[in-house]
Amino acid sequence: MGDESAANARDGVAVRLRGLRKTFGEVVAVDSVDLDIADGEFLTLLGPSGSGKTTVLRMIAGFELPTAGLIELDGTDVSTLPPFQRDVNTVFQDYALFPHLTVQENVEYGLKVKGVGKQDRRTRATQALASVQLEGYGNRKPNEMSGGQRQRVALARALVNRPKVLLLDEPLGALDLKLREQMQVELKAIQRDVGITFIFVTHDQEEALTMSDRIAVFNAGRIEQVGSPADVYERPSTEFVAGFVGTSNLLRDETARKVLGAQGVYSIRPEKISIAEPAAEPAMHEHHVDGTVAEVIYVGDATRYVVDIDPGGRLVALSQNATASSSQVLEKRGERVRLIWDRAYEYKVHD
Amino acid sequence: MNLSKSARWGLTAITGIVLVFIYFPLLVVLINSFNASKVFSWPPTSWTTQWWSKAATNEGVRSALLTSVKAGIGATLIAIVLGSMVAFAVARYDFFGRDSISFLVILPIALPGIITGIALNASFSTVLVPLGISFGLFTVILGHATFCIVVVFNNVVARLRRTGSSLEEAAMDLGAGPFQTFRDVTFPAVRSALVAGALLAFALSFDEIVVTSFTAGPGVETLPQWIFNNLFRPNQGPIINAVAAALLIAFIAPVYLAMRMSDGPSRVVQVGAEP
Repeated sequence: MGDESAANARDGVAVRLRGLRKTFGEVVAVDSVDLDIADGEFLTLLGPSGSGKTTVLRMIAGFELPTAGLIELDGTDVSTLPPFQRDVNTVFQDYALFPHLTVQENVEYGLKVKGVGKQDRRTRATQALASVQLEGYGNRKPNEMSGGQRQRVALARALVNRPKVLLLDEPLGALDLKLREQMQVELKAIQRDVGITFIFVTHDQEEALTMSDRIAVFNAGRIEQVGSPADVYERPSTEFVAGFVGTSNLLRDETARKVLGAQGVYSIRPEKISIAEPAAEPAMHEHHVDGTVAEVIYVGDATRYVVDIDPGGRLVALSQNATASSSQVLEKRGERVRLIWDRAYEYKVHD
Repeated sequence: MNLSKSARWGLTAITGIVLVFIYFPLLVVLINSFNASKVFSWPPTSWTTQWWSKAATNEGVRSALLTSVKAGIGATLIAIVLGSMVAFAVARYDFFGRDSISFLVILPIALPGIITGIALNASFSTVLVPLGISFGLFTVILGHATFCIVVVFNNVVARLRRTGSSLEEAAMDLGAGPFQTFRDVTFPAVRSALVAGALLAFALSFDEIVVTSFTAGPGVETLPQWIFNNLFRPNQGPIINAVAAALLIAFIAPVYLAMRMSDGPSRVVQVGAEP
């Protein structure tokens, strides 16, 4: 490690990507990705399938070699190193547990390969299993466990090695909703406890918003925006981010001019828009537009109103069902309404 | 699937007829091997085990059996090495001509034995004989290996495709180098498919007669050849019957095992199900 790399290690960057590019034949999967991931950070790569997020993860792990660009782990260039020479571990989407080994042997495998003694191995694996609430499951085979349990084994198998960085490739994708929400909370707690950098890949924007310190939003092989969940949600920097993270609620061109008196494309989150009587007077700091309710979607705790607005286009307004019953909200279909929102929640996005 | 009562009855009957058609002749062979009558008078009136003991002590049977076992083991070993190597290449790497190689490796099993036989006979005469290697057991082994490779290849490639490469990636991710990954993860994953392929390869080699005839030298006689050559000789009939019955019994176990261990359609349900 040279002087410069030592300096990088001290500046708290666990993973540094520079000009990262990957092509498969004619297809450009990842294009000029620059990203610094801090020590102990929970960073999520969020994007639709085929956006390049998984390819970036696989390049950090070493399963794919970059066509161009640089990958540094803890200040060391690892761009061309094979997976077994990188201090990272991966939790795979399909868990990839070794079917012929017991749970205990699965968790011990990484330590065994590194030559850790039998007694030490045993203790650490048992601890790792306890940390994912699987004490006493060591003698089972993976196929004797449920999906959620296998997911935990995969996590323990990776964490027991105390890697510099843990890579998670849509690890919750195969779980049902309840289990997934529970695991989201647990994963976050585990990450806080162990203090390891987590790089988490998902296409689920809610999951990303729930768990991450920062989110990198991918589209067509590039990063569209990097920021905290609040940044990405409330201040999307591009139309794509506005649409992918949350509901696309945009006023553009002619409509923007008529409603807001301004040029460009503006995003307003549905929960910031309130539904009012057609004659309601907006306050000084508010904007409004009139329209007809085209669709009412009752989702239990809240209702989504899809409104065809008079200047053209649609806006979605989300309101909590604090006082209204389902029959009351459903009667709104076809009614004339006035949509009102605070100007502070209009956010201009780039095309 | 929901079938009407008559359809279900009809299918049951047809299945029964097919099974009887296949297995009744085998049963006759088995019964006749204990039939005391030399001309197989039916139904048997008296029983004997003398054909079995005569077959067991027959010099021709013994040496032919030994030749067949040697040929089967030799061909199976070649098939294991080459068949699994091709399977790894095809299942794990992407290269120019991959599909063509897959096809060319599988082709020999579909080719009529007589064509393989003539082709091998001609090429052995022009290539091996001038090198001082004459027709004998070795050429039989090479001939059998051409189609034995196919069953090993098919079994291993199916297993490799089904397990995917994520287990190997997981091992490397945990620090295992290529050799260790193969030993700890890849080999255990394909082991049973490899054994199944080897058992089937041995069975194929053991009953082969056409390719054998074209590739065996004058002093080499496999068991199927011995049976064929003695079939119409007087007094040999009962002994052949006993040999056939013995082979039938000897082959039930390995074929059943091979079926249990390979990835055939009968296994899909079991593999996919969780306890």
